[in-house]
Amino acid sequence: MNGGLYHSLAVWWAGHHLPPWIFDAVWMVAMAAIVTVFVLVTVLVLVWLERKVSGDLQNRVGPNRVGGRFGPLQTVADTLKLLLKEDLIPQGADKAVFVLAPYVVFVPTLMVFMLLPFSDRWQVQDLNLGVLFVVAISALPVIGLIMAGWASNNKYAILGAMRAAAQGLSYEIPLVLAMACVVVEAGSLQVGQIVELQRGGQWFILRFPLQLAFLVYFLASLAEVRRVPFDLPEAESELVAGYHVEYSGMRFAFFFLAEFTHLFFLGAFCTTLFLGAWDGPWLPPAVWFLVKSYAVVLIVMWVRWTVPRLRIDQIMGFSWKLLVPVGLVSVLLTGLMKV
Amino acid sequence: MTASLTPTEHVILNMGPQHPSTHGVLRLELQLEGEVIVGCRPVIGYLHRGIEKIGEARTYQQFLPYTDRLDYLSSASNNLAFVQATEKLMGVQVPPRAQFLRVVLLELNRIASHLVFFATFANDLAATTAFLYGFRERELIMDLFEMWVGARLTQSSIRIGGVAQDVPAGFAEKAREFCRLLPSRLDEYDRLLTGNRIFRARTEGVGLLPPEEGIGYGCSGPTLRGSGVAFDLRRADPYEVYDRLDFAVVTQAACDCMGRYLVRMGEMRESARIIEQCLDQLPDGEVMAKVGRTIRPPAGEAYGRVESPRGEFGCYLVSDGGPHPARVHLRAPSFFHLCALPRMVQGWKVGDVVAILGSIDIVLGEVDR
Repeated sequence: MNGGLYHSLAVWWAGHHLPPWIFDAVWMVAMAAIVTVFVLVTVLVLVWLERKVSGDLQNRVGPNRVGGRFGPLQTVADTLKLLLKEDLIPQGADKAVFVLAPYVVFVPTLMVFMLLPFSDRWQVQDLNLGVLFVVAISALPVIGLIMAGWASNNKYAILGAMRAAAQGLSYEIPLVLAMACVVVEAGSLQVGQIVELQRGGQWFILRFPLQLAFLVYFLASLAEVRRVPFDLPEAESELVAGYHVEYSGMRFAFFFLAEFTHLFFLGAFCTTLFLGAWDGPWLPPAVWFLVKSYAVVLIVMWVRWTVPRLRIDQIMGFSWKLLVPVGLVSVLLTGLMKV
Repeated sequence: MTASLTPTEHVILNMGPQHPSTHGVLRLELQLEGEVIVGCRPVIGYLHRGIEKIGEARTYQQFLPYTDRLDYLSSASNNLAFVQATEKLMGVQVPPRAQFLRVVLLELNRIASHLVFFATFANDLAATTAFLYGFRERELIMDLFEMWVGARLTQSSIRIGGVAQDVPAGFAEKAREFCRLLPSRLDEYDRLLTGNRIFRARTEGVGLLPPEEGIGYGCSGPTLRGSGVAFDLRRADPYEVYDRLDFAVVTQAACDCMGRYLVRMGEMRESARIIEQCLDQLPDGEVMAKVGRTIRPPAGEAYGRVESPRGEFGCYLVSDGGPHPARVHLRAPSFFHLCALPRMVQGWKVGDVVAILGSIDIVLGEVDR
């Protein structure tokens, strides 16, 4: 978290003549635990929210029994159910890869949380290559998806994995281009620096060519998080469940967890790059950060429950023929405005 | 052996019989090259109940409820095809009030069935919200059926010689209310789905069925009218009181999924108009002709055909003068549409198979009989 706390604790530790690496290890574990707990709670809230939002959009009620009128404990109950379910590994599956895949998807999705500036003082680690780190790490889950699709020994799964790979690679590029605009504007890859420049209402989305970058970033990350209209790797009505068709119980839950973790990260990182992160009047910074992140997430949910799904060639076309050129133009414009 | 000739195989993908978008227990054996369909073989029979054979072992009245289970989204049209054939054999004259009531029932069934089409077609393309919208309006029709007949899905209300029961007091008002409501709800669907760019990209130009091929495959109903052929049994071979009603035969020249979708959307509006006209013109009188308890039609054969929501639903009956039909044959429109499917999906992608299959709106209950 904040450097001040780390330093004062480290000094206190050093005062007892204990080896500093133990302190670092304990510190890391503590931070990881805090982030993980935060993510788990967020996912519980998001799943509940998704069901409520979709219910409202569809003239339904949504969860309304478990834990009171608005069903707040519905996701808890669902998680318990998943925990108790039998963990099937299909015959003919590549066992080791099959078992490993959900974690390969989930862990990188969690790792990027350490860069999120939850408030002016709360950030696990402000790497000086922050944005690059996000780009690199968030490309990893695709490998897990391919592993899952391949190891399942199921044609639907492999089709889903192929789609996931194609889509993941294609949308990585506009995503990077949009981030590049922010980096050019800020002149830094460091998240803390990017946020600092947006302080006092100077949000990047309000600066001229960056609206374009925001749009590209939003659409590309919508595809990265694999939700309708970009949910082809899962495509329930076509591929049943795509790459995770053979997964059940807790392993399935990890895919689910990863998806919603990624969804929140989408909102949070959008907020960080374009919407001024924790910047805002009256309310505490952390509240502002959460409010903005949830707002973006709600827009994503709104889209997901409104539009139909694209086809694979249309998806690829959308990225290469539209988002990439627009991304390039916006990089150019941002650069020109800087000169 | 040359290095450039890498041997490749087509992937066989079994879509179904358990699959969210096959609309029942259908298996499509797809041959894939990547995502592209190079071959498709529909495998049917998972829902075969031998209904035609059952018909030979039942009396005419006993067989009637079995016909509900054919095209279960529109039981009235199945009932009518069988009843029509029986009435032709017997030479029964159906009272006028019953004829109008039959049309009301048929058209309500048509709207209900098309609403399910709208809902499931949208759902196949992942527009889940539209799915629930469709079912919201269908529920109102189900309530109307419940009020009138008692049953919601398998009504068996069209009987040999008329209809089983007259409409209860207050039914006409509720039906009119629904007919007034429906167009506004259809406008809502148009705003939600029809004009959506993604929806249009997924349906326009997809799954072409040229008119001559549609006729060649024996297609009928909205599937054929979506290819610009204005063939509607209600107009081409009017039964009941359709010749006295004013309605348009909706056609679209596009030949694609969108064309077939638009035909059904247009037909719902027409059906609402038909129902209002029937309620306006409804004569007084009996709803059931005098038909004996045991039906022994004279020896002979007859063919009854009805424009069901899916197309021409036919029932061919042979009587040997006994209490059971000597032979029952049922012509289910979905079967013919399924035959045209391999041609339509050729060269399209896996995602399109779902769209095209949804657009021909089959019901496996009548395909397998």
